[in-house]
Amino acid sequence: MKRRTFLKGTLAASVTGAAVGGGLLAPNMAFASEAADAYAATSMEDALKALGITTEDSDKVEVIAPDLAENSAVVPVEVKTTLEGAEEIHVFISNNPTVYAAKFKLGEGIDPAVKCRYKVGKTGDVIAVVKAGDKYYMGKKAVKVTKGGCGG
Amino acid sequence: MAKFKTRLKAKMKGDKVNIKAIVSHPMETGRRKDKKTGEKIPTHYINEVVVTANDKVLLTADWSGTISKNPYLSFNYAGKSGDKVKLNWKDNQGNTGEAEKTVK
Repeated sequence: MKRRTFLKGTLAASVTGAAVGGGLLAPNMAFASEAADAYAATSMEDALKALGITTEDSDKVEVIAPDLAENSAVVPVEVKTTLEGAEEIHVFISNNPTVYAAKFKLGEGIDPAVKCRYKVGKTGDVIAVVKAGDKYYMGKKAVKVTKGGCGG
Repeated sequence: MAKFKTRLKAKMKGDKVNIKAIVSHPMETGRRKDKKTGEKIPTHYINEVVVTANDKVLLTADWSGTISKNPYLSFNYAGKSGDKVKLNWKDNQGNTGEAEKTVK
């Protein structure tokens, strides 16, 4: 049963991959606003440029994700930071057709740690960018996605 | 209405309140094809989630199709028993959903 869901996951992922070349991104790009551009970006650099931010690496931003994704369509990821005054958390999946995955704006009293599940199409990095003060800090974790193999 | 089910849990965990939420939603990226007809399945994903406690915003999430199907969200906040936690979401096709819980 497990194998079956796994296959389903990889199949969905490969369809995602194949469609990129087909120019299916176009509908997303019709949006003019800045944020929409970031969501349509196909590389990490473009996404950051669209958001107009520059980042610096920090070991205070922690991405907790499995080393090996058993089901690439459902990869649990937790982003955590020990930075003071974290305001926003941005999540990027480096090798997805659209890299920008999510943005979390943190309100008052919330712990700067958010758990969510993402689709990770190909082996790559899960990147978290945390805004604290006027600066953006980056942390990442490599996630391996296998095709047709057992998780091991 | 009942197409999308929003489930919310708010529980004390130590001195923090733990929030867990799951929405039943397809989260289509727009790149998948229908296997039978070969037609593209249009994008359909939740793009905004707002969680409030006693009408104060705790978390605003902007999502894309990269979030997994039946999205799950979990976080802690400094709160107390009796807080009214509310979750609202909307997707790119204009559907909305909400759930409300009182912290135990």
